[in-house]
Amino acid sequence: MINVSKIKKDFPIFSFYPNLVYLDSAATSLKPKVVIDKVSEYYQRYSANIHRGIYQLSEKATQEYEESREIVARFIGGKSSEIVFTKNTTESLNLVAIGLTEKFTKRGDEVLVSIMEHHSNFVPWQVLSKKKGLKLKILDVDANGNLKISQLKRLITRKTKIVSLSYVSNVLGTINPIKEIGDIIKNKNKKIIFVIDGAQAVPHLKLNVKELGIDFLAFSGHKMLGPTGVGVLWGKEEFLNEISPLHYGGGMIEKVEIKNTTFQKTPWRFEGGTPDIANVIGLKEAILYLEKIGMDKIKSHGIELAHIAESRLKEEFGEKIKIFGSKEKMGIVSFNFKDYHPHDVSQILDKEKICIRAGHHCAMPLHHILKTVATCRISFYLYNSKEDVERLIEGLKKVEKILG
Amino acid sequence: MEENLYHDFLLFHWRNPQNYGRLKNANKRAISDNPFCGDVIEMEAEIKDDKIKKIRFSGKGCIISIASASLLTEYVKNKKISELKKLDKDFILKLLNIKLGPTRLKCALLSLDVLKKLIQ
Repeated sequence: MINVSKIKKDFPIFSFYPNLVYLDSAATSLKPKVVIDKVSEYYQRYSANIHRGIYQLSEKATQEYEESREIVARFIGGKSSEIVFTKNTTESLNLVAIGLTEKFTKRGDEVLVSIMEHHSNFVPWQVLSKKKGLKLKILDVDANGNLKISQLKRLITRKTKIVSLSYVSNVLGTINPIKEIGDIIKNKNKKIIFVIDGAQAVPHLKLNVKELGIDFLAFSGHKMLGPTGVGVLWGKEEFLNEISPLHYGGGMIEKVEIKNTTFQKTPWRFEGGTPDIANVIGLKEAILYLEKIGMDKIKSHGIELAHIAESRLKEEFGEKIKIFGSKEKMGIVSFNFKDYHPHDVSQILDKEKICIRAGHHCAMPLHHILKTVATCRISFYLYNSKEDVERLIEGLKKVEKILG
Repeated sequence: MEENLYHDFLLFHWRNPQNYGRLKNANKRAISDNPFCGDVIEMEAEIKDDKIKKIRFSGKGCIISIASASLLTEYVKNKKISELKKLDKDFILKLLNIKLGPTRLKCALLSLDVLKKLIQ
């Protein structure tokens, strides 16, 4: 088990709010001091642009930036030449969706996503499918919030070109069996491109892109202790080399003539303009911090806290609380409390310095299936403990007292 | 203004929403929703001689949006349409007697949005 009281000392926000119960890490995580310091070090000591200056400060910045790419690559078991820095998961998924549909699909082809997707892995495919005359197929979830994998074989046809799924649901915490799904897809047709939204998975579990048998992985730095403003797209070189960049301009070119431009190699050709240098460098520090704690420990900590929260909530409130989703949850529990509106629950908890998320969590199609418009969501990370669950329960009792 | 969002006055209107239900013989109807949280408010009114004679609302939502609809429908009765057109955000906040952040402001203003459609 993780020593939470020791870990909390690494996060400056707890020195400002010692009573803070932060249960919204699925939206964004808190940041440890080492990450904040690393970002500020760039601004104070070598705040120059990268890949440009022939002077030491710029070379230092370039070296730190590129080292971050190597550490990200090592963290997910890929090559650094396959790591593209973006703004966030949404931008990564847009880049891959636009690039793949443009290059690998024609009218009448099919793209498969699931009903549990975050809007960022749903809307780009929906919009592009309409634009390009593709058929968007949807994989359902069962009553427990698990993907109906038995449907897969039927849904995948000769026309299926892309399958894009989340590894972990941002609402239900479901951990999807990506390896198994990948095997089914590739057995049907090994040319199908398999894209993974890893926004809720990469912060919590050790994964290896090669072993998973996937072609693309998108995730955000800010959900894994890193700064905001940095996302990652990992892709197999054979595919990355084929797709177009989102942004043309500075940094990503090799040679520009009046009539033609040749671009840099992958991954640099995807990083047009000055990137978010400081925050990319900060992400490296976040990964080193996570590795120091140990990803296996972090994973079991999240699953265990979700399990404790679910059983304690049921124990205290019984029928008054409705919990959504499957048995094993990756640090996320969504629920509704009596007939109270999640916004009211969240607002009253805020008075107790307990931060939870209320709403549809950018997954409206899934909420439609769950037959509710909004839910309360709690999500855990390595700085949360059993005491936080107890504080939440006290908070919910107060909600009940006020709202009756 | 009250610091505490959930003061008794507001909770009273949430528990006992005034003018809740359908209105027979309504000559005006309007509906608005807030997809962000799923709140929906519908208003039905009988408007005669440039005044709201009768008004009722239905729908579902959080405490802020229900209390706001309850208070607003109470306020508008027998008021001139031209006067009601002037109602704004500050008026609603005064009516509710609370301070709100940007997210919850939408809940408070949902009923005003419906009213504006109703008297267009």
